[in-house]
Formats: sequence, structure tokens, C-alpha cells
Amino acid sequence: MGNIAGLIGISIGAVLINNFVLSRFIGLCPFFGVSKKLSSATGMGMAVIFVMGLASSFTWLINSFILQPYHVEYLQTIVFILVIAALVQLVEMALQKYSPSLYEALGIYLPLITTNCAVLGVAIINTGLNQFTGAPFTFIESVVNGIMSGIGFMFALILMAGIREKLELADVPELLDGLPIVFITAGLMALAFLGFSGLNFFS
Amino acid sequence: MIKENLKRGIFSENPIFVLLLGLCPSLAVSTSLVNGIGMGLAATFVLTCSNVIISMIKRLIPDKVRIPCYIVVIATFVTIVQLLMKAYLPALDKQLGIFVPLIVVNCIILGRAEAYASKNNVFKSFIDGIAIGLGFTVSLSVLSIIREVLGSNKLFGLKVIPSFNPMAVFILAPGGFFTIALVMMLIRYYSNRKKV
Repeated sequence: MGNIAGLIGISIGAVLINNFVLSRFIGLCPFFGVSKKLSSATGMGMAVIFVMGLASSFTWLINSFILQPYHVEYLQTIVFILVIAALVQLVEMALQKYSPSLYEALGIYLPLITTNCAVLGVAIINTGLNQFTGAPFTFIESVVNGIMSGIGFMFALILMAGIREKLELADVPELLDGLPIVFITAGLMALAFLGFSGLNFFS
Repeated sequence: MIKENLKRGIFSENPIFVLLLGLCPSLAVSTSLVNGIGMGLAATFVLTCSNVIISMIKRLIPDKVRIPCYIVVIATFVTIVQLLMKAYLPALDKQLGIFVPLIVVNCIILGRAEAYASKNNVFKSFIDGIAIGLGFTVSLSVLSIIREVLGSNKLFGLKVIPSFNPMAVFILAPGGFFTIALVMMLIRYYSNRKKV
């Protein structure tokens, strides 16, 4: 199995088989909070992909070059959350200065991402073992995993936003109106995504 | 005051069903009652301790950097829980997996720090932490009981209903969404009936 095949395996795993929202249950708050409109879902999705890619590379470097050599892995949670918070702040400031249009599009979603469990979640998953190779994640693998998990998140978010825009017009029973019907929709989507678990390439 | 706080935490400001905070751990972990209670108590511990510490140091923290400060306090207690759980409850730790470190980003805890502990004294924050934490634990237990009975027909490893074929979908991911929709629907039904 070549390197590229491994990366494709990680990508399909992150987007479809172990979709962050629908099968791992990570990042549900923004999933239900920002999926009312398609445009805001796209903005949030882009911001998450961007931050997850950056966060996975930084946390991988910190974990392999600082935490592991000095045997302070127990500080992982504190260090990772601080790095992510600082990173989000930096990205926000840099965008504001150098790309105001992008800042306009992503700006309001960036502060929300600090407390989005998806970002910390992918950083922690990257410190474990790669389920396809059984070895620790390499740098490239962890960045690909981060970006692809972000794409999986955006995929689920956009699907959900599309359905919710149509649901606005539908006649929903009074007891289910509002969030309960959204949860049921999410459940049906998760049921569909269960089908992807048959896509197991390497086992 | 204690009674009022408890009532608020469990019913009128129930973190999961009313405020919709902390959904990720509650859906992911509620596959069995033991997991649900374990997660609930771990979050209660972190919430209470961080509420106390934050209300103690609220005057020392400059307003602009308060969120990172709160996160550091919370992350410290999460690390304590992580290490204790690894040492004394390794089986539970394995079951909860990534959701133990993810207590850090549980919106309930940061939300209470920001909305309550940063404005109230130590004793009040302590009570608030316990009340909201118990509300979280109770809701998690309700979700887990429904899911475990329907999904594997077991509670604490014992069979519940004889001659009932469990529906495995309830302990898989979709079942979590269906169960929370069901519970919210029932809550709405009863609160509507009260009004009429």
C-alpha cells in the first residue's frame, strides 16, 4: 500500500465512514446552530476546514517535538486548547489585515470555532494511531486528516442546511416543530451514513 | 436557595433539553447508563471546581483575556479527571475515549463560567455548579436509559424486558438523534398540556 493510497483511505474515512458529525458526534453545537441558512453553513464550513487544517499541523508539531521528547504528554489537553485559541485569534487578526473580504465572510464564525469540539477532537485523534496503517500519524497524514475531517463537517452541514431550508415550507406537526424535527432529520442522515461503513478498504 | 437552584438546574434551565448545550458528549456517550453517569459526574466535578476557582479569581483576571483564562482553569481540572480516570477506572476511560478530554470544550462549563461564576460569590457558584452538573447527569441518564433499554435490552448488564428483541440502531449514531427528538417531543407535550 503506497503512501497515496493511505492518504485516500484517510480522506474517505474522514469524510464518509467516520463523518465527524453524523457518526462520531463531534461538533454538534455548530451543526445545529449554524445550519439554518445555506450561506452561513458554507461560511462556517470554510472557516472550520481552514482552522482544522492549521490546528492539526501545529498540534502535531508541538506534540512530536515538544510534548513527547520531554514526556509531558499529560499536558496535551491544556496545551492543545491554548494553541487552538491563540491560533484562531491570530488567524482572525491576519485575515482582518490582509484579506478584509475573506474576513467579512468568515469573521463572525471564527470566534465560535475556539469552543468547537471538532478542532480539538481532530488534534487529539491525530495523536493516536492511524486506523489504516496501525502506526502513529505522520505529519502529512495528520494534516490530510484535519482538512478532510473539516470537509466532512462542511458536507454534513451543507446537506443539513439544504434540508432545513426546505423544511421551513413543510407542514410539520406542532409537537415536532422546530428542533425535534431537525434532530429526526439528522438521525435519518446518520442512518444513511451508516451505509458508508461498508466502504472498508483496508480490512 | 439550594432547592431552587437544583430545580433550575434539572428542570427550567436543563442544560441539554432546554438550553441545548453540551450535545456532543450527551449523544455520543449515552449508549449505556454506566457511561452516561460516568460522563455526567466527570463533567459535574469539572464544572463545580472551575466555577469555584473562577469566582475566586474573577477580580484578578483582566476583562480582555478572560476566556483564555477560563479555558486554562477548565483544562486543568479536565486533566485531573483524565489522570484519575486512567488510574482508577480504566474501563470507563476506554469507553468514553476522546470525550474525556473534550469536556474542555463542553459549552455548558464555559457558559456557566461566563454567565454565572464571573458575577457571583464562591458559595453561590459552587451550588450552581452542582445544580447544573446534576441537571446534566440526570438528562444524560434519561437518554442512556432509553437508548440502552431499546438498543440492547440491558441496564447495568442485566436483561430488562424478557422476550423483547433489541433494536440495535438505538445504540448506534442515528438512535442518539432519534432519542433526543423523542424526549424533547415529550417535554413539549407535557408543558403544552400544563398551559391548557
